[in-house]
Amino acid sequence: MEQKEALFNYLLRLADNAAILGHKLSEWCGHGPELEEDIAIINTALDLLGHARSLYTYAGEVEGKGRTEDDLAFLRIEREYKNALITELPNGHYGDTIARQYLFDQFNYLLFTELEKSSDETIAAIAAKAIKEIRYHLRRSIEWTLRLGDGTEESHNRIQESFDNIWAYTGDLFVEDVSDEEIIAAGIGPDLKALQPIWREKVKATLAEATLTIPEDGWMHSGSKEGRHTEHMGHILSELQYMQRAYPGCEW
Amino acid sequence: MERKDWPLWEVFVRSKAGLSHKHSGSLHAPDAEMAISNARDVYTRRNEGVSIWVVESKHIHSTLETDSESMFDPNEDKIYRHPTFYDIPDEVGHM
Repeated sequence: MEQKEALFNYLLRLADNAAILGHKLSEWCGHGPELEEDIAIINTALDLLGHARSLYTYAGEVEGKGRTEDDLAFLRIEREYKNALITELPNGHYGDTIARQYLFDQFNYLLFTELEKSSDETIAAIAAKAIKEIRYHLRRSIEWTLRLGDGTEESHNRIQESFDNIWAYTGDLFVEDVSDEEIIAAGIGPDLKALQPIWREKVKATLAEATLTIPEDGWMHSGSKEGRHTEHMGHILSELQYMQRAYPGCEW
Repeated sequence: MERKDWPLWEVFVRSKAGLSHKHSGSLHAPDAEMAISNARDVYTRRNEGVSIWVVESKHIHSTLETDSESMFDPNEDKIYRHPTFYDIPDEVGHM
């Protein structure tokens, strides 16, 4: 595989993670459990969309076929999206959203910390800007995990169940394929296999502080890197792409 | 399910180094740390601040509306308390 192709794949994965999770979080707009929380979660959604925009734009440049950030965000079919499965899971109740967010933020934080040192200057620059926001996302999702886990008996039981349910989607974050091998060899991105034990230790410590139990590692879903998604992805895209499909080239 | 409202907090934001914290508004939060976090998201998302104070609203003691006649009105006509009867040299600059 050519390095250019590997880099394009790699950028799409990063961009799709941010775009799809940002889109899921944006569904809370106007429905947050409290006014303040509604604003806070939408700030996170907007941060993620900002990351997605920079990454899609750069992916389009790397690909060199004249595709813009909008083309990449709105005009691909499901199999061409490479976001991690965890990012497309339903929002559920607020504990589900927080558990999904914490597990992803912890991963994203470790990943972008490494990407700041990328041999690719554009990725390093995007990461240096994004990491400040990601650090805040992580701080918030940890705070909420602590409060829900160590809150009432009901909040404790419900968020424990959220972590248990989502756990099987976390393995997918660390799957590596031939594009990753190219990226690691070129010093563009970190070895995900090396991040996994660090991620696990951090998650374990946070859950312990929140009086929660880290779920057992069992069978894990995978496939996002080949574009194999959960049943939720089609529904996300039908809503996300509606305007561009119905009114091609529409701008506002 | 019984619903308990989170306590109310008053938010003070310093817009830049050297200036004092000014009251920005209020918000609800379960505790001080989340109040700071919420204040960051509600009151500084358009780059309004470099520092935040929060205090639970119940800890603020205030004058009473009904006292305002005796508290404030008597100062309306005491212009001699304003330091406006001498010229400030230009070199002094902003005071």
